[in-house]
Amino acid sequence: MTVTLGTPLTDAPAGILVDPTEPAVRRRARPGPGLLAAGAYLVLLVVAMAWPAALAPGDPLAADPLAVLRPPGAGHWFGTDHLGRDVLTRVVHGAGHSLTIGVAATAIAVTGGVLLGLLAGLTHRVADEALSRTFDALSAFPMLLLALLFIAIAGPGTASLIVAIGIATLPHHARVVRGQTLVVRRSGFVEQAVTFGQSRPRLVLRHVLPNVVGPVPVLAVIGLGEAILAAAGLSFLGMGPQPPSPEWGAMLSEGRNYLQVAWWISIVPGLAVTATVVSLTVVGRHWQARFDGRRR
Amino acid sequence: MSSPPVRAVARRLGTGLVVLWVAATAAYLALLAAPGDTVDNIVGDGADTPQIRAEIIADWGLDRPAVVQYLDYLGRLGGGDLGRSYLLQRPVTEVIGEQLAPTLTLAVAAAGLGVLLALLIAVATAGYRRPWLRRLSSGTELLLVSTPSFLIGLLLLSVLSFRFGFFPVSGDQGVVALVLPAVTLALPIAGLLAQVLRDGIDKALDEPFVLTARSRGVRERSVLVRHALRHAVLPAVSLAGWVFGIVIGGTVIVEQVFGRPGLGQVTLSAVTTRDMPVVLAVVTLSAAGYVVVNTTADLAYLLVDPRLRRS
Amino acid sequence: MGPLVTVEDLHVDFDTPTGQVAAVRGISFTVERGECVAVVGESGSGKSVTARTLVGLAGPGARVRAARLELAGEDVRTHRPRDWRRVRGRLAGLVLQDALVSLDPLRTVGAEVGEVLATHGIVGRRERAGRVAHLLDLVHLPEPQRRARQYPHQLSGGLRQRALIASAIAGEPALLIADEPTTALDVTVQAQILRLLAERRAAGVSLLLISHDLAVVAQVADRVLVMRDGRIVEDGPTGRLLRAPEHPYTRQLLAAVPSASSRGRRLAATATVVGARATLPARGEVRPDDLVLDARGLTRRYGEHTVVRDVSFSVARGETLGLVGESGSGKSTVARIVAGLLDPDAGTVTFEAMPWSAARERTRRPMRRRLQLISQDPLSSFDPRYTVGQVIGENLDPDVDRRDRRDHVVDLLRRVGLGPDLLDRHPRRLSGGQRQRVAIARAIAPRPSLIICDEPVSALDVSVQAQVLDLLAELRAADGTALLFISHDLGVVHHLSDRVLVMHDGTVVEQGPVGDVFTYPRHDYTRSLLDALPTLVAAGRPQEERP
Repeated sequence: MTVTLGTPLTDAPAGILVDPTEPAVRRRARPGPGLLAAGAYLVLLVVAMAWPAALAPGDPLAADPLAVLRPPGAGHWFGTDHLGRDVLTRVVHGAGHSLTIGVAATAIAVTGGVLLGLLAGLTHRVADEALSRTFDALSAFPMLLLALLFIAIAGPGTASLIVAIGIATLPHHARVVRGQTLVVRRSGFVEQAVTFGQSRPRLVLRHVLPNVVGPVPVLAVIGLGEAILAAAGLSFLGMGPQPPSPEWGAMLSEGRNYLQVAWWISIVPGLAVTATVVSLTVVGRHWQARFDGRRR
Repeated sequence: MSSPPVRAVARRLGTGLVVLWVAATAAYLALLAAPGDTVDNIVGDGADTPQIRAEIIADWGLDRPAVVQYLDYLGRLGGGDLGRSYLLQRPVTEVIGEQLAPTLTLAVAAAGLGVLLALLIAVATAGYRRPWLRRLSSGTELLLVSTPSFLIGLLLLSVLSFRFGFFPVSGDQGVVALVLPAVTLALPIAGLLAQVLRDGIDKALDEPFVLTARSRGVRERSVLVRHALRHAVLPAVSLAGWVFGIVIGGTVIVEQVFGRPGLGQVTLSAVTTRDMPVVLAVVTLSAAGYVVVNTTADLAYLLVDPRLRRS
Repeated sequence: MGPLVTVEDLHVDFDTPTGQVAAVRGISFTVERGECVAVVGESGSGKSVTARTLVGLAGPGARVRAARLELAGEDVRTHRPRDWRRVRGRLAGLVLQDALVSLDPLRTVGAEVGEVLATHGIVGRRERAGRVAHLLDLVHLPEPQRRARQYPHQLSGGLRQRALIASAIAGEPALLIADEPTTALDVTVQAQILRLLAERRAAGVSLLLISHDLAVVAQVADRVLVMRDGRIVEDGPTGRLLRAPEHPYTRQLLAAVPSASSRGRRLAATATVVGARATLPARGEVRPDDLVLDARGLTRRYGEHTVVRDVSFSVARGETLGLVGESGSGKSTVARIVAGLLDPDAGTVTFEAMPWSAARERTRRPMRRRLQLISQDPLSSFDPRYTVGQVIGENLDPDVDRRDRRDHVVDLLRRVGLGPDLLDRHPRRLSGGQRQRVAIARAIAPRPSLIICDEPVSALDVSVQAQVLDLLAELRAADGTALLFISHDLGVVHHLSDRVLVMHDGTVVEQGPVGDVFTYPRHDYTRSLLDALPTLVAAGRPQEERP
């Protein structure tokens, strides 16, 4: 479907003077406590992925029949689950599972999206039309259902989840990159570079690629948040890593049945997902604002 | 006056059809890509003899060339025939038809509530007044957008149902049982739409035509509603397809959380049992729904923005 | 009855994230009933803020202080929003620059004009359509009933601007504030809008006209206030101010306006001469038989629309050919064809005696360095990731040794009057004038034989424009470069060009030596352009410096 957002309707008329004293409100992003907190949380997550024992020395799978369904308190900061496993330990060790799925899926989506988007943006009009319609058609499938379709074909599990989410979010990235490629290709500075007598490959390498690929890491960070949300949702439905793996979505699903007596089993891993996505979004937006500022 | 808008409408309808066709083809290819023989899938755990296999191949027309099968599939799809469920041995349209109503009710309620909430929040917090309120609401929106819907559902359940008993824990009996699922689905939508709408209003408020309107002595509220909001609605309308996807995907999860019957349950059991015709039908139908919603949104765009009516 | 507007010691400051910025610093003036007062100044002079402060719309974060601020004898300093709403539209109407963005694009023209009537309850709902049509008729909008149902984008620039004025006068305000009301318009349309404003004034409305263009305000204003950096540096009756300006800044502004009489002279003030014109360096002789560029029968269509039709011209070595035309005349399309960025549907371009438009890109590529392009918006022609040094360095001869490149760039910067300290700066941190100088430095780097200048100064303030035009003239004299100079501004073209080409609706209506064409125009269109051109001549030109 053609998104008609932000279509330039007219060229700016010649000779318009802009009064710089004109009071336009400028919203400027500057590092505040929110950004610092988000950054700190992400650093913590990376530590939890690389070396979970540093944060939670216990065994995430160790059941303790004597300490079942303990509420949060001393000894078990976030309580224990129905098998007496420490929820904090499981959440920390689960970071690796959940984030790996998100990062790997995003890597697939972004890599594929950038390559296909560039291809569509740089090739001939007919090929572009065909690719764009395919992106449109793939975007027409709700992401969760597309992922479910893939899992129906390939069966549940971590690998399926990664590929499913990767494929389901790929069209979005491809469309963004294609759009950006067209904008850069038609921009004044690329046209100007033609008048310098630069060859087409050189133009693409020197001007188009860097300006298209530059913002991609920002996209990836924001996309990562979405991928993690999707992964948690699919795991919750039982399509991801199977119990007793401490994946956050799976933990939530397991804890559901004890919601009435032990809310912490579900809510704590859920909050870990929320905090991750919020932090990624905060950092991503700040980065994007700085990026836009630099390009203006 | 008449010809450019007609052409614009026709173009959008045409694009919608093309997307629909590509989507149906993609779904068909997915079926071919599925591991294991179609016959294996149909046989399932039932009796397996060469004779039964031969019957199945004849029954399902699996001996015809791939192109013919594909065209036949498209033809049947166009005629509204979504095939037969491997598992239930019933037409898929029947299986889905039975479960469509509760899901659609939930989806429409959630989408409506989400849009309404977003409008209220955006109008209340746009502009340069009350910065603390802005910060509060944009923080809340970020939280809502970033929270998995099942967590919202579980939180609502544990507080409003378990703790206070305001709402039933599960089921689909009447309107009361609809409230929590609909709210659960609506909150993330409201969060995102409110952000988009407020950004749009703020951007419109910086435009010269707003200065002109103010210079006429128009009150601030009228400036907001009569001028700025219409401009803000444009980018929000283009998110209609996205909202549809979120709602349809969301119903699968929310039905699971609240134990509601519906398409979500059908889909999940079809995915786990690899009942491909049902999975494909749900996926194709939702793609069709997306295309319809998105095309409608595009046409609504033409209605709101006269500038797009020239071809 | 006292004056309609009384301003005494007005200050406007803005709160910004980086601290307070003073936009207006203590100005005083009055506007009498029925008078037309013009405020003239360049960007950042505070003229727009002054205008908007009068209707309480200085903007968010504005702090307004004044000893007196009165509208129709009413002290508005303590006005609350409700009081302001009574003033706006009823006591003072505001007309902004471009009606395409100053009228709500999603609402019909009639709804916009009617909004004033509804807001102030001027006529009942049933009579509103009639009154709207009457107002549109008053501003000479043809077919007012039909126009009222149309959207701004369906009207031409001139008609839109009329509709905007209709909405500003709908509440019959005693004061009409027009902020750059003709800036986005072509000269012929500009003349019509100025006539319309004069007509309203004749009908008894006081006019406060804000403009960057002295020539425009000279047509209608009784008095002129010259603003600079938030202060009024000079004010007086229009004739006196133009004839005998007292303040050096006013003199400098007047001297900076290019025209026939400024040919061969500097527009910008120099260290020794302020407010009068020094002579430019002499140029080499132009040999009319030695052609750099020859364009024959250029035609270009977009769909069914022919934007350029059978355009032929040539540029001799070292010559400056001016190309004038209004928006939509096809002059930019001609520029793109000549620059080799667009293929003509018919016709050929020959460059340096080689086939150019007909040649394949591969054969054209090595020649491209001989033909350079400077556009109106330099910033968009720079790769956003590049520093000034990289921007210019990109166009250096590839054979220049890596170690010498920096020296070459510094040398080019010096030639365009910029210091080496800009090398590592990003162009977006530069002023508009500096950016255009960087673009010029980049264009002269390969020592081209022809530079196409597409509206190179139209986004610049007049004093910056003067500096850039002087620079182009100097470089042209030093390098013997030929220029294809494209502009909508007849004064600029007259100042700089040897010959001129007048385009209208995609065709060349007239061409010849600039003095002949502009003094004895043969074509009706050229004549109408010249008639519409607001000049300072009527009010008396400043004295030229005689050698």
